[in-house]
Amino acid sequence: MIAIIDYGVGNLFSLSHSVTAVGAEVAVTGDAEILRRADHILLPGVGAFGDAARKLRETGLDRAVKDAAARGTPVMGICLGMQLLLDVSFEFGEHAGLGLIPGEVRPIAEVIPPDYKIPHIGWNALDLRRPHPIFRDVKPGDCVYFVHSYYGAKCGDSVLATAEYGAPLTAAVARGNVCGCQFHPEKSGDVGLSILKAFCEWDGVDA
Amino acid sequence: MITKRIIPCLDVKDGRVVKGVNFLGLSDVSSPVSLAEYYSGCGADELVFYDITASAEGRALFTDILRRVAERVFIPLTVGGGINTVDDFDRVLKCGADKVSVNSGAIRNPGLIPAAAERYGSQCVVISADVKRVDGAFRVFAKGGREDTGMEAISWIRRCVENGAGEVVLNSIDTDGVKRGFDLEMLDAVCRAVSVPVIASGGAGGVQDFVTLFKTLPRVDAGLAASIFHFGEVAIPDLKQTLRENGINVRL
Repeated sequence: MIAIIDYGVGNLFSLSHSVTAVGAEVAVTGDAEILRRADHILLPGVGAFGDAARKLRETGLDRAVKDAAARGTPVMGICLGMQLLLDVSFEFGEHAGLGLIPGEVRPIAEVIPPDYKIPHIGWNALDLRRPHPIFRDVKPGDCVYFVHSYYGAKCGDSVLATAEYGAPLTAAVARGNVCGCQFHPEKSGDVGLSILKAFCEWDGVDA
Repeated sequence: MITKRIIPCLDVKDGRVVKGVNFLGLSDVSSPVSLAEYYSGCGADELVFYDITASAEGRALFTDILRRVAERVFIPLTVGGGINTVDDFDRVLKCGADKVSVNSGAIRNPGLIPAAAERYGSQCVVISADVKRVDGAFRVFAKGGREDTGMEAISWIRRCVENGAGEVVLNSIDTDGVKRGFDLEMLDAVCRAVSVPVIASGGAGGVQDFVTLFKTLPRVDAGLAASIFHFGEVAIPDLKQTLRENGINVRL
């Protein structure tokens, strides 16, 4: 069973249906007990980092995600959910993340040229930095759908893919059994579905 | 590199897709769910659904259709038409919409855009402006292009963006349905005024109009059209191939 964490942030309609579409059994849940039994965990999120991190803490689900990650359960963060996996965010202040993948969340405005529009919104090509099971069906140049104004900085060799937007912006990260996508696989057509399918079939072993 | 988006627009009334030429004389085309699946399959980057139903009964039918589309089509979906309150945002977002476009609702209620942007984020809020030249000036029209608001369009659009709209759909009433190309002059004025993505709408008659659009105005992010796609006059794979051959970055 694939658990999609419901902590009151954003709309899980498309994500749950996209996981169903790749043939997996889905539970949308805010129950730590169900997360303990989940084979795979998806951490979604839209909106502001500080608000989302607070909601995760208040519901105790931050602990549940960390415990699952420690047990070896494959975990994928999506969009803000990916950013929450990192150490710290500098979006409107300074907020601690889950610290499951090294890196910090910083404004894309710091690295892109001034004439580039913010947010980075639309379909952009993935530049794959290293092979990973979740990208087993992704070909060079495949496009996915992004909507974000902040990005994962200083992620080091956890970076799986970047997207060129005046600067190479972190598009996906992974460390051990934890991975994350800055883009929305549930809105990225067949390429996105192939990534979700590969994640749902992943045993949590990196490369 | 970010790609230019090609967006078919589906006007939905009583559960069916229709397209008005110059907003008058509607003609039935097809089923929203099958059209959406078809477009997603042939490379549309996003879909826009406008609910042009007036009745509450039609509204319920629309959200039902939207839900059925979102269960099967995994590309961004924008919904507009009859969005007057934050509750209307909630209603369509729960059914799988990713972005919500406001038009007359934002004209009637200036507080709508800031309230929606605060609740759902700017990336979710699209200002869709119907604009027409009146005595040499760009004016905003309301109620599906039937009513002149008297407001100057460029400053109105700029204000909407300052208030939290994250994207602009500019529909030129002057070129809509005429099929002789997008309104480059009007689009240029909007692109100079705002720093958020701008989607061109109204006037596409063929593949070359999209090439001209993106070549002439590199700041335009997307091209939107309806009937030329619905009636098969322009096939999206051919359109994208031609754009790429002309050096315009698209998702193939």
